[in-house]
Amino acid sequence: MFWQSAYASTVGLPQSSTIAPTVDILYDFLVYLSVFFLILVTVVMVYFTVKYHRSKTGRETAYIVGSHTLETIWTVVPLVLMLFVFAWGLKGYREMRAPMKDPVEINIIGRQWLWNIEYTNGRKTLNELVLPKGKPVRLIMTSEDVLHSFFIPNFRIKQDVVPGRFTTLSFIATQPGVHIVFCAEYCGTAHSDMLAKAVVVEPEEFDEWTRTGKLPAHVNLNQIIGAVGAPTSVAAATGNGSSQPSQTPAERGKALAASKGCIACHSDNGTRMVGPSYKGIFGKKEEMADGTMVTVDENYIRKSLMDPNAQIVKGYTPSMPPFAGLLKDEEVNDLIAYIKSLK
Amino acid sequence: MAHDASASHGHDVDYLNDGKTVWSWLSTIDHKRIGIMYLVTVLIFFGVAGLLAIGIRLEHWGPTRTIMGPDTYNKVFTLHGAIMVFMFIIPAIPSALGNFLLPLMLGAKDVAFPRLNLFSYYVFLFGATLAVVAILAGQGVDTGWTFYTPYSIKSQTGVILTVLGAFIMGMSSILTGLNFIATIHKLRAPGMTFHRMPLFVWATYATSIIQVLATPVIGITLLLLVAERVLKVGIFDPALGGDPVLFQHFFWFYSHPAVYIMILPGMGIISEIMPVFSRKPIFGYRAIAYSSLAIAAISFLVWGHHMFVSGQSDFSNIIFSFLTVLVAVPTAIKVFNWLSTMYKGSIKLDVPMLYALAFLFLFTIGGLTGIFLAALSIDVHLHDTYFIVAHFHYVMMGGTVMALFGGLHYWWPKFFGRMYPEKLGRFAWALVFFGFNLLFLPQFYIGGKGMPRRYYNYDPVYTLGHQVSTIGSLMVGFGLMLTLGYLFWAAKKGQKATQNPWGAKTLEWTDAASPPITHNFHGQPTVDNWPYEYKSERV
Repeated sequence: MFWQSAYASTVGLPQSSTIAPTVDILYDFLVYLSVFFLILVTVVMVYFTVKYHRSKTGRETAYIVGSHTLETIWTVVPLVLMLFVFAWGLKGYREMRAPMKDPVEINIIGRQWLWNIEYTNGRKTLNELVLPKGKPVRLIMTSEDVLHSFFIPNFRIKQDVVPGRFTTLSFIATQPGVHIVFCAEYCGTAHSDMLAKAVVVEPEEFDEWTRTGKLPAHVNLNQIIGAVGAPTSVAAATGNGSSQPSQTPAERGKALAASKGCIACHSDNGTRMVGPSYKGIFGKKEEMADGTMVTVDENYIRKSLMDPNAQIVKGYTPSMPPFAGLLKDEEVNDLIAYIKSLK
Repeated sequence: MAHDASASHGHDVDYLNDGKTVWSWLSTIDHKRIGIMYLVTVLIFFGVAGLLAIGIRLEHWGPTRTIMGPDTYNKVFTLHGAIMVFMFIIPAIPSALGNFLLPLMLGAKDVAFPRLNLFSYYVFLFGATLAVVAILAGQGVDTGWTFYTPYSIKSQTGVILTVLGAFIMGMSSILTGLNFIATIHKLRAPGMTFHRMPLFVWATYATSIIQVLATPVIGITLLLLVAERVLKVGIFDPALGGDPVLFQHFFWFYSHPAVYIMILPGMGIISEIMPVFSRKPIFGYRAIAYSSLAIAAISFLVWGHHMFVSGQSDFSNIIFSFLTVLVAVPTAIKVFNWLSTMYKGSIKLDVPMLYALAFLFLFTIGGLTGIFLAALSIDVHLHDTYFIVAHFHYVMMGGTVMALFGGLHYWWPKFFGRMYPEKLGRFAWALVFFGFNLLFLPQFYIGGKGMPRRYYNYDPVYTLGHQVSTIGSLMVGFGLMLTLGYLFWAAKKGQKATQNPWGAKTLEWTDAASPPITHNFHGQPTVDNWPYEYKSERV
């Protein structure tokens, strides 16, 4: 396969995302650097031990208390190397975290001990993350209970999933097939069974799947790349297909905005009422009452729902009641999808 | 000389025979006896937590259930970590060896506040007992030793009392730190300037500073956690309006410096052993002493590297990654200085030196693999995998525990006036050293391949790595049991030791008997040179 033949890394995993080779090459560099220094230290240690062993008589021990030259060398050389490693790691990290253009956005809600996954058209799955090959993807994740962490080893990406806020992962998958997803943050009894499968398919197959829920025939969910076979729980929890969407999250969000009374103060057409209009607000930079600038993103909307008066846009009065405890995580996601849809 | 009973005690009788009753031990304010009491206490905890570790390894012989269920497993790894960290490795070298050796190395009669010293021991014992009782009386604790919120708020297990126990042990740590700082500043023998102090004292000094400055933060954090659980004040729990990531900041603000509370004293021990068994002055005395202080200072600024994927801002991650790579520099300086100490020396491979060499090798691996984790892009992949587990065991066990055992063998003749059995010692060392590598090297590999930590079940692709690891753990377990067995045997029955069997130059060897008398020295020792004055000699 091309991703294996191109470059084999000491990590020992397939490189199934665009970021994987970037991570691996630094990993390999550090493996070689470490082996070099370990051999250096070991050889010197063993050599000195043998050469200057007390049984080697007929010589004089030296009286040496130090050397400024040597101290300088082994301060400067590690310092330069370390700064180099820092810069290299930073470069890869920035690549990993850089916003991608027009990503496929997918909502994920973790809870003990499964992953609820929802697509923008309302298709929902359990523990089954279907992804288009070669397209930017953005996972918008939160947790209903405790900390979890979404970890796809073959993609070299990981992000903690935190209750009460959104964290995101952006990446481009490159290798078709099924990849294991681990929960990497300890979350209790079935932590090690909180698994999911990332199913990478061709973009047209992905579009077909989001419409119909049918995966192409060549996809075998039990054939996980790089794994021998996951514990039975993941097999049981996935492969049940997905639910046919009746409504999109944005549609549900619109209904919610009406039923929860949001539309009394927020318009959908740009008209200023008691609160700012939903139209075009997502992604905008707003000046707050205290003068700070805030980009209206998922976390800002969630915060404005739960604790509305914490960050008020300049020119508005703090009059919205808090919805903490009144909205479920899914409903927050729906409202955000609705606001996002009003471009 | 006036011969009233109390005076004759301290001046002629060794500290072990100055009062034979149990009460004479429990009520002692002699730093040496308190040191031995700490030693016995922490070694008991070490044994318990070590057995739990063997339990973890046996469970992982196969990918699914082997000997215990998932909830038991979660409690077992939690207890292993919590006991090892709070009840063994933090107090082990400073409180046990530090207590015994610090006044002796400084030429003092005792620590600055002997009563406070005994009090800290009982505070420690009380905290530890509270935690143990909480665990036994409740249904164990299953949060991991890190007590991450909101899991630790929701967990039905005995979190509150365990956390209070850790809090109380922290108090003890602060008191010991204060006591040592005062002792080092005030009770040095005439002529002993700061730059004539043994490097173990320097390391203890740096450690004490961290203990005093960092421990209050974990105390406050753990109390906040208790307040949140009992009073339902929203601090860390998002359900109450709190922020779970804030807990991680508070927790690591202490627990990262605590890593250096664990390793710095170990480095101090290595700095004592290398020159004695090489018959050479320590190479770069000031570089080693100051790098201890540098490590102590930087240690306060790197806590965020435990949180690269926690959801903290990218900007914070970059700053913490930058500061973290800097720690590698003073660490590298020490390793090269220890190596250079051997150059053109006269090296004797007695057990203490073997442990020091094992330390150099294992700690180098621990340090180098730390670079992987400091690099942002790689840490994202390796975070919370077995790579981390292997890394910190190489540092904590390969570093601190090897240093501790090196130190125990080195000072055993001073503690008890008797030698350990050399041949048996070398055999056990070999078991521990090779077993340790068998135990943790494979974990780097499976961790790199994605094996997450704290996993009860795992994919069979990792089976071989786990099995090799388990075999290694049995070797280490057997080696350490053998070691502790012969050490305590030797304390009673070993060959009698002379005052200075290694020909060392620090005051505890040159001026104090083996074992020392209650008052440590006959008269006040004075110092007119540094403690590593090994003149050039013909061999």
